[in-house]
Amino acid sequence: MAAEPKKGTFMADNKQDNRPLSPFMIGQYYRPQWTSMSSIFTRITGLSLLVASLMIVWWFVAAASGPEAFATANGFITSWFGDLILFFSTWAMFYHMLFGIRHLIWDSGRMLEVDQSEMYAQAALVGSVLLTIFVVIVL
Amino acid sequence: MRFITDRKRAAGLGSAKTGTEHHWHMMVTSVALVPLVLMFILSFGAILGSPYSEVIAYYQRPFPAMIAILTMLVGFNHFAHGARSTIEDYTGGLTRKALIIGVNCLSYSAAAFAIFAIVRIAL
Repeated sequence: MAAEPKKGTFMADNKQDNRPLSPFMIGQYYRPQWTSMSSIFTRITGLSLLVASLMIVWWFVAAASGPEAFATANGFITSWFGDLILFFSTWAMFYHMLFGIRHLIWDSGRMLEVDQSEMYAQAALVGSVLLTIFVVIVL
Repeated sequence: MRFITDRKRAAGLGSAKTGTEHHWHMMVTSVALVPLVLMFILSFGAILGSPYSEVIAYYQRPFPAMIAILTMLVGFNHFAHGARSTIEDYTGGLTRKALIIGVNCLSYSAAAFAIFAIVRIAL
């Protein structure tokens, strides 16, 4: 029985299998870094804002429907569980906003050095917490 | 082994040529959302917890209603585009298409429901 021809012998062979792949930024290959962590959290916070957004849409639809529907939706949002969602969403909102602004700064060609980027990440993390506390106190 | 050439296998796997437009769209909507969301958090947070009649009276005023409408419109648009990037990063094929269509249906439905509700309260 003839041996299988080696991969890559023919033009039509799929060479993709041997292609070197760079590992994903989170996992066993990299230690956690400010740059990679702040980046993935920008995405996570952005996506998680869907929960509070849909809750607020429900609140508006209920308000438009009448007092009974409003009482149900408003009761849920102002319950401890609704408050918890709104509290974390407020933080997620500020985090996503501050790190989104970093993207706008990067796009203008500024703050592209790693140390500047890390400094912004640390400052923006503190900023997002402070802004959340500010909103909770004011409202 | 499949009788398929390298060229045929590579066709369609390159850039979609619309990345610049997508990126610019995200920039425009994100800049718009900075003031919109700040105003929305302050106005929505101020009225949340008030009784039904006060909430209705509040959103009959043009300024709070317009902030809410624009935040919902631009916000869900930004979400649909951002979620699409995530889907494109981690999925492929039919799953990718189904998820992108699903996210678009959800985002624009949610925005439409919210805007219809606010307009109905306001008018």
